[in-house]
Amino acid sequence: MTGDGRRHLVIVGASLAGLRAAQTLRAEGFEGELTVVGAELHAPYDRPPLSKQALTAPGGPPDTALPVPDGIRARWLLGRPAVALDPRAATVTLADGTTLPYDGLLVATGAAPRRLPPDRGAPPRRVFTLRDREDAHALRAELTPGRRLLVVGAGFLGSEVAAAGRALGLDVTVVEAGRLPLERVAGSAVGAFVADLHRTAGADLRVETTAETLHSGPDGALTGATLGDGTTVTADVAVLALGAVPATGWLAGSGLDAEGGVRCDRWLRALDTEGRVVPGVFAAGDAARVPQPLADGQPMALGHWSDALDQAATAARTMLTPHSPHALDAVPSFWSDLYGARIRSVGLPGAADEARVVEHDAVARRMEVSYHREGRLVGALTVGRTARLAAYREELHRRSTTVPAG
Amino acid sequence: MRVAVDMKLCESHGQCVFAAPQVFSFDDEEYLVYEPEPDDALRDRVEKAAAACPVRAITLGPAS
Repeated sequence: MTGDGRRHLVIVGASLAGLRAAQTLRAEGFEGELTVVGAELHAPYDRPPLSKQALTAPGGPPDTALPVPDGIRARWLLGRPAVALDPRAATVTLADGTTLPYDGLLVATGAAPRRLPPDRGAPPRRVFTLRDREDAHALRAELTPGRRLLVVGAGFLGSEVAAAGRALGLDVTVVEAGRLPLERVAGSAVGAFVADLHRTAGADLRVETTAETLHSGPDGALTGATLGDGTTVTADVAVLALGAVPATGWLAGSGLDAEGGVRCDRWLRALDTEGRVVPGVFAAGDAARVPQPLADGQPMALGHWSDALDQAATAARTMLTPHSPHALDAVPSFWSDLYGARIRSVGLPGAADEARVVEHDAVARRMEVSYHREGRLVGALTVGRTARLAAYREELHRRSTTVPAG
Repeated sequence: MRVAVDMKLCESHGQCVFAAPQVFSFDDEEYLVYEPEPDDALRDRVEKAAAACPVRAITLGPAS
């Protein structure tokens, strides 16, 4: 696009998706005014290392700042959360009262950790959730050898924190409500594999139970928990890894269908509660619910790093040429490193009705599983066999682009 | 064009292989192998691969 120097595009969210969108807009030739709004004071930084290297690196947490390429020429409004959107007036309002008019707006506000229900009261000291850089720094300071760590939730984040705790020499208890870690997203074979990784590394994995009550001593610091099965666990530090919720509460009253993520069409245009396109508003990343061809077009917020990247680039292109929108053409993928085992996935294992174990070698810590829905491939996951994924990914890509998406 | 991968940074995430399988692949031990001077026709895919690397291990430059 050229010669459109008067347009003002606003990106709400200054993390991976927001930065990537800004970069794409300029790379595609956008010459107008560009504003990036961020709730945190930090310039864009990367989150995946926060549950991994940032907790265990010997020299202190690594710098996870994302490089901001030259030529972005954006006005950065950091430390100023957006609080309201009025699509009719085409304005977004920030917490400090600033009102920004826009010609195009991208919602890229990410997700926030799920917390304990408010009726449980304030948690004891040394109970953490882990999402931003401050969380990681504060948690790391408490992970000292000899302490006992309780991790509530054995999804990827919880499992990674447990692995970090073991690597640092802490006693670790992991509490998981399901029958196995990761079962909902990756099935029982992978769940059993990950359960074995935890137990082999000396973590005490308790399944089919929850942390019902957190206990504290006279100084207000955590001392332990009573579990749903009536047993108790002593702990000095706890991490609540209960999943993430798209950060879209600020869109209440805007008319957008934003419950559990901004619902989009496959061109990343935001939809209202009647399913109509909201002119000028787009969404990407953890805050977006995007139709998934591999799940029959069902809109889903996946929260994966690579999806944030792909969606942001596509949304930026659509913002520039709303009349010839760009359809999202990406295969979801995610990864995790647990106790040195490399877990990699493509597609949507969680959408499958059948998992086929192609290889399972507990000793060599290698695994290959393909996932199917009504007999058709929808995903694959490997441990220590990343080389096998490219072929699956190609097939999933072919399927994604030939099956109509919602 | 010339491709360089910092193997001290590479964590075998596979994103480059997904973006440009003609240029990047893994051996059986999960070490990345790649074509350091790929055909210019693959530039788009290689740029995508570099952008998709979570640890930013891939750099691109002009052919030597």
